[in-house]
Amino acid sequence: MEKKYGFLEKIDREPSNLIKGLQAVQGVEGFVSDESIKAVSEYFGIPEVEIEGVLSFYAQFKRVKPGKYKVSLCDGTACHIKGSTLVHNWVCGELGIKDGETDKDGNFSLETVACLGCCSLAPVMSVNGRVYAKLDRKTTTKILKEYASK
Amino acid sequence: MSTNAAIKMFRVGMASCGIAAGAEPVMQKLVEQAGSVPVEPTGCLGHCYAEPLVEAVLNDGSSVFYGNVKEDDASIANILALGEKGRFVIPAVRKAKELVKVLALAGRINPTRFEDYVANGGYAGLKRALAMAPDAVVNEVKLSGLRGRGGGGFPTGNKWSFLAAKKADQKILICNADEGDPGAFMDRSLMESAPHQVLEGMLIGAYATGATKLFIYCRAEYPMAIKHLNIAIKQIYDHKLNVVNGRELEIIIKEGAGAFVCGEETALIASLEGQRGTPRFRPPFPTDKGWMGYPSMINNVETYGNIPLILRDGGAEFAKVGTEGSKGTKIFALAGDLKFPGLVEVPMGITLREIVFEIGGADPEKVKAVQTGGPSGGCIPVELFDTPVDYDSLRSLGAIMGSGGLIVIGKDRCMVETARYFLNFTHRESCGKCTFCRVGTTRMFETLERIVAGNGTMEDLDFLADIGPKIKAGSLCGLGQTAPNPVLATLRYYRHEYEAHVKDHYCEAMQCNSMVKLSLDQSKCVKCRLCIKTCPVGAISDDFVIDNTKCTRCNSCLSSCPKKAITRVKKG
Repeated sequence: MEKKYGFLEKIDREPSNLIKGLQAVQGVEGFVSDESIKAVSEYFGIPEVEIEGVLSFYAQFKRVKPGKYKVSLCDGTACHIKGSTLVHNWVCGELGIKDGETDKDGNFSLETVACLGCCSLAPVMSVNGRVYAKLDRKTTTKILKEYASK
Repeated sequence: MSTNAAIKMFRVGMASCGIAAGAEPVMQKLVEQAGSVPVEPTGCLGHCYAEPLVEAVLNDGSSVFYGNVKEDDASIANILALGEKGRFVIPAVRKAKELVKVLALAGRINPTRFEDYVANGGYAGLKRALAMAPDAVVNEVKLSGLRGRGGGGFPTGNKWSFLAAKKADQKILICNADEGDPGAFMDRSLMESAPHQVLEGMLIGAYATGATKLFIYCRAEYPMAIKHLNIAIKQIYDHKLNVVNGRELEIIIKEGAGAFVCGEETALIASLEGQRGTPRFRPPFPTDKGWMGYPSMINNVETYGNIPLILRDGGAEFAKVGTEGSKGTKIFALAGDLKFPGLVEVPMGITLREIVFEIGGADPEKVKAVQTGGPSGGCIPVELFDTPVDYDSLRSLGAIMGSGGLIVIGKDRCMVETARYFLNFTHRESCGKCTFCRVGTTRMFETLERIVAGNGTMEDLDFLADIGPKIKAGSLCGLGQTAPNPVLATLRYYRHEYEAHVKDHYCEAMQCNSMVKLSLDQSKCVKCRLCIKTCPVGAISDDFVIDNTKCTRCNSCLSSCPKKAITRVKKG
């Protein structure tokens, strides 16, 4: 196996650890590339097509390289009730990208997620895992502008 | 700056929601300035609306709380001096209605310190269990009347006895921590705040049933829960608590990868095996043939969280709380249109009225309904709020207990749009195995989109009422069997809203953009120009007239107007 994916050796080589292996790849590379699928397939002895099947099933796995700042918009029930559709529109407008896209500078990527578990602070979004609560138009644009100027 | 001498220690709520509200810098400042007084991180007290929350524990054992704490020097100095400003008092009515048992240690201990848990009665349940025969432990759980807290409500003791009766080289115990219901965060809070309590429940379960491999299937979106569980598992290994009956138990955390359907038993097992998380036909039930073919049993986080209490106090004692068919307490995650969102633990049988209005502080004038059970549940209109909260009463109303998410829906929310939202979720999360679920939920969603966009017909309403029960009957797992609930429940209680959308293009809540325009009341307007400045599409002219052909209904002007001169009104 290629040295690049040597970190897989830390995971027990049994098929039930496939998801764990893919999570490890995504943890290191930020997404799951075609190249890494080959490596994972060799390591676990699972055909590539089956791995594609597992990848496409789970929302967590990304097949395109994400931006430097990963914006996750919560559209859980509480956030929806509190106006996450509006937040979605503001963010799309500010960044000029749609759900699942990365901007052309590779700065921001955007995804809508089911629930960040901070329902009582709705509406929320997270940027690279940091949660921002009780969003309105002003704070949302301010947060994104701050990241853009970093 | 010196710390008031009456203060013994500080606790800062550092669960995910505390951190989201800004607890980290507050904690850091306190540590820097509190001198020799210890500052401890703790879990979630359930009062999310007051985060960040700091507790000053006094030498006499009493406590003073500070809510919505800011990180600036003045706020920190006020706390160190035990000032009067910013004190937080738990609302008296909430104190009176709550019955905190499972969450008793949440927000009271340092979650990652083993000694804290033990000093507060932790592992007393396991100790008592180990002194009993395994089948006596199963009987104790049966006696308690505990039912699965994940939503199904299956009697836990019965499930345990099925696995205990199996003869196999290896048996598997699984904790379902894939809390996928949007709007629910009870399990996250319990795992973050008292990880040992969940693990103690699992260890007791392993002893009672003879399982030796223990899995926790946790959402990857809960990094802190995973971190705390990992620390707790290491402590268990260090203290050899995983050696039960002379056998060494293996405890493994597996991170889910984001699929709602994996909350279903057989789908969860498929995912644990590294495959696509699609459910399969039952029987065989997991207790016969589960993970890798071994007999397996799945319980939810909160269910395991109840077990140490049952073993510590006895099943009969546990069963004193609750109703005939639903024993003990239930944790609810309150969110939506109310004053005090957060976590609340109440005895089974309490009414929705008490939870929503008294504990949650919602305004009775403004509440339309409550959604229980997330996207699998249904709405319950305000007229039925005297219903006691237990498994059977909720089911009779077309809703379900679910895992405990309780979303309060205000009068300014459209029920058709709410149903559309839930179907958008379920049709995307359908795994695709059963045709009725895969195609049916998609057709339902498309129909609802049409109605919300103002293109619905009366036949569409008949179609929804017709296809719903068919999807329920034609689906293998809980996802498909409950997916139509939000539509059927809203059709049952709010048919007039559906009809108004179709016949009159009228959205009572003024929420559906296709049926609404924005109107500016010149008599209220003070010409401050904030709306003109904030409008992203330049739809407001210099003489304050809104061009509704340009307007995208984004509501920016609405929230910017200090005089509330702009409103949403019926189009045409």
